[in-house]
Amino acid sequence: MTKLGRRAVLAGLAAAALPRPALAQGARGRVVVVGGGFGGATAARVLHRAGHAVTLIEPAETYWACPFSNEVIAGLRPMSAQAFGYDALRASGVTLARTSAEAIDGAARRVRLADGTSLDYDRLILSPGIALRFDALSGYDAAAAEVMPHAWKAGAQTELLARKLAAMPENGTVVLAVPGNPYRCPPGPYERASLIAHYLKTRKPRAKLIVLDAKDTFSKQKLFQQAWAALYPGILDYVPLAAGGQVSSVDVKAMTVATDFETYKADVACIIPPQRAAPIASAAGVADRSGWCPIDPVTFESRLVAGIHVVGDAAIAGAMPKSAFAANAQAKVCAEAVIDLLAGRTPEPPKLINTCYSLVAPGYGISVAGVYHPANGVLADVEGAGGTSPVDAPDAVREKEAVYAEEWYRTITAAVFG
Amino acid sequence: MRASLLLVLLATTPAAASPPGASSCSGCHGAPGGAVPSLAGHSAEDIAASLSAFRSGARPATVMNRIAKGFSDDESRAIAAWIAGGGQ
Repeated sequence: MTKLGRRAVLAGLAAAALPRPALAQGARGRVVVVGGGFGGATAARVLHRAGHAVTLIEPAETYWACPFSNEVIAGLRPMSAQAFGYDALRASGVTLARTSAEAIDGAARRVRLADGTSLDYDRLILSPGIALRFDALSGYDAAAAEVMPHAWKAGAQTELLARKLAAMPENGTVVLAVPGNPYRCPPGPYERASLIAHYLKTRKPRAKLIVLDAKDTFSKQKLFQQAWAALYPGILDYVPLAAGGQVSSVDVKAMTVATDFETYKADVACIIPPQRAAPIASAAGVADRSGWCPIDPVTFESRLVAGIHVVGDAAIAGAMPKSAFAANAQAKVCAEAVIDLLAGRTPEPPKLINTCYSLVAPGYGISVAGVYHPANGVLADVEGAGGTSPVDAPDAVREKEAVYAEEWYRTITAAVFG
Repeated sequence: MRASLLLVLLATTPAAASPPGASSCSGCHGAPGGAVPSLAGHSAEDIAASLSAFRSGARPATVMNRIAKGFSDDESRAIAAWIAGGGQ
């Protein structure tokens, strides 16, 4: 072999980042996907369609979707509209393992399951979602969440918060605590504030909502604050970090929420605590000290463990927010990269889109969009693209965006679970 | 030596994945009949022309104007061809 030839081989190997020889072309790779949410279920579909043997590990039989769950809390939507199953995915031929992943041995490329069995993989896609940090706010642990719901994972918590709002006195006070970045669904707390305010305005007009925020700036801020001033004056009181909004502790017996400056008495408290990647990410060694998972922006392969790819809320995806739309888009790009890698090809640099809608009232929608590409080793905004709905848009545009929000939900849930 | 050559060949095979950005479209654009227009049944020329008109502002939009600005004419044509060819 000539020097040039050897360099070409080495360059090829480096570019494809192959820790072991690629499978023969056309061979079916063994891919394991952990987590059946918007990211994992999407990845499993794409890989199966391409002819790969895919096992999706997901212990739950019902997936409770977070997008639109704020409408359930505000009594605008039944919880049943958030429920999705895996029958269609199973019928399409994806193998489902109804158990959870307990440990992942990245060196042996083997995942150990809670049912005692193990699966070998060529590539593993981890889409585990978030864990709520019950060590971050004094007094706020899993038991406290039964009194002061976070409702940041849809399901029983969503219904609990809805019930507490419905049972609240006519002149009650709701306190909503919002964490610092990063966390799942950046505009979500402000949509929740809006829709709770709408609920109070229409059902309990003597009640109040206090929003305590651990930061000063947030997603779609101008649009939210414009809507709050127009729709909810005297109902919604927003306290940013600079005004002492960072919650430091809660007391579920006294029903108080405290900052360093003031203690707020609540009839209903919703505490959205800081978050991190779900525990399996740490168990697999793919989470760093921040609690989230650094990834390669082309392949979504972990920066820490070869052969494990991370998508969705658990990943550090640079400028991309932690959203269902982003998880779905990342899963498609990641699955295609995995298909390329299994065939010994080098994945091309991708572009990804995110669009997130929020409702500030029924029939009043706003959006933020972004286009992303790998730059300097991270997913960065494509300059000149994206941004929010215009601040001066007419009512007809707000109505249209509310319709598009609903339509997006129907489309993406049908694509992922239908 | 033979294995190395095979690796070189494999590593230089063009990627089969969708063009940059294309796979994100189906996040909103689904089956016909909904409020968001379906992309099914449109020609590559139509889709590329729409993206260009969104980008220039010639065609009004709520969100597509913001998204189309993230893609060049060449990228838009590649996306359009892929979608018209049945990609999703």
